[in-house]
Amino acid sequence: MSIPFDKLDKAFENRVRLQIMSILVVNERYDFNSLKDLLGVTDGNLASHLKGLEKEEYILVNKSFLGRKPNTNYEATEKGKQAFKAHLDALEALIKQQKIS
Amino acid sequence: MNNKVLLQLENNQVHQDLASIRNLMERSSKFLSLSGLSGVLAGVYALIGAYVAYGVIYPFRQASYVQRGEIDDLLIIEKLLLVAVLVLVASVTTGFVLSLRKARRTGQKFWGASSKALLFNMIVPLFAGGLLILIFIWREYFGIVAPAALIFYGLALVGAGNYTYKGVQYLGINEILLGLVAAAYPGYGLWLWAIGFGVLHIIYGSVMYFKFDR
Repeated sequence: MSIPFDKLDKAFENRVRLQIMSILVVNERYDFNSLKDLLGVTDGNLASHLKGLEKEEYILVNKSFLGRKPNTNYEATEKGKQAFKAHLDALEALIKQQKIS
Repeated sequence: MNNKVLLQLENNQVHQDLASIRNLMERSSKFLSLSGLSGVLAGVYALIGAYVAYGVIYPFRQASYVQRGEIDDLLIIEKLLLVAVLVLVASVTTGFVLSLRKARRTGQKFWGASSKALLFNMIVPLFAGGLLILIFIWREYFGIVAPAALIFYGLALVGAGNYTYKGVQYLGINEILLGLVAAAYPGYGLWLWAIGFGVLHIIYGSVMYFKFDR
């Protein structure tokens, strides 16, 4: 029996990264604080996962200022969206296989 | 650990992942704290407002109405505007307070990316429509008020529906249809206004209340 685990994206192994990506595929942009509120994670934790996704070139970072406060926005790249879709397809395949066996 | 157990574990993980993805896609892009009860109350305010407006336009003592001149007509418009503003303020305040309460109860954030998007998408057509109506009142095209109010409000709801419950879009489409009917039958403006802002709000508000609020 072949298990398509290898098709799962290693970048999405962590739940928080997968969650960040699922927010960014349905929203054009999302800012750091809103992500933090929605996911209920700490600043440091979120920042490190965002860094990881940025390194994979799955997301883009836009830094700007709202008045004097720094405002950081994130958006998904085309590569990131495709990787997310491929990951979901792999998850789906896994479930189907489970049902058959 | 044999393969079967491993697969079972992974499968559990997969289901949890999928559930959290679905949940976040919905929650991150939609404001789901909109209160259905506030829709019902807004409808009730609108009906009270329409009743008062009816009394202002068609006073019970017809004799005095005959003697009214131009200045009194302006007085009527002022009174109607006051009623409209009161209904608007009461509805917005109720909607704000009840949605805030619902957000607290469900542990969701009230002021976030989704509520900002919702507000922005409503404000643009509402301001455009509101200013247009004021300009037409100023130019004394009173017949345009009811249809324009219904149509612009409907457009605002259709736009807002992308950022909250889908049902809001159907409400918007119905408001637009009523607005077009009001444009075709100018004499029934107040009645159609009462149906659009009163009855429809009560119907949709109750549906939302029973579906999502409890």
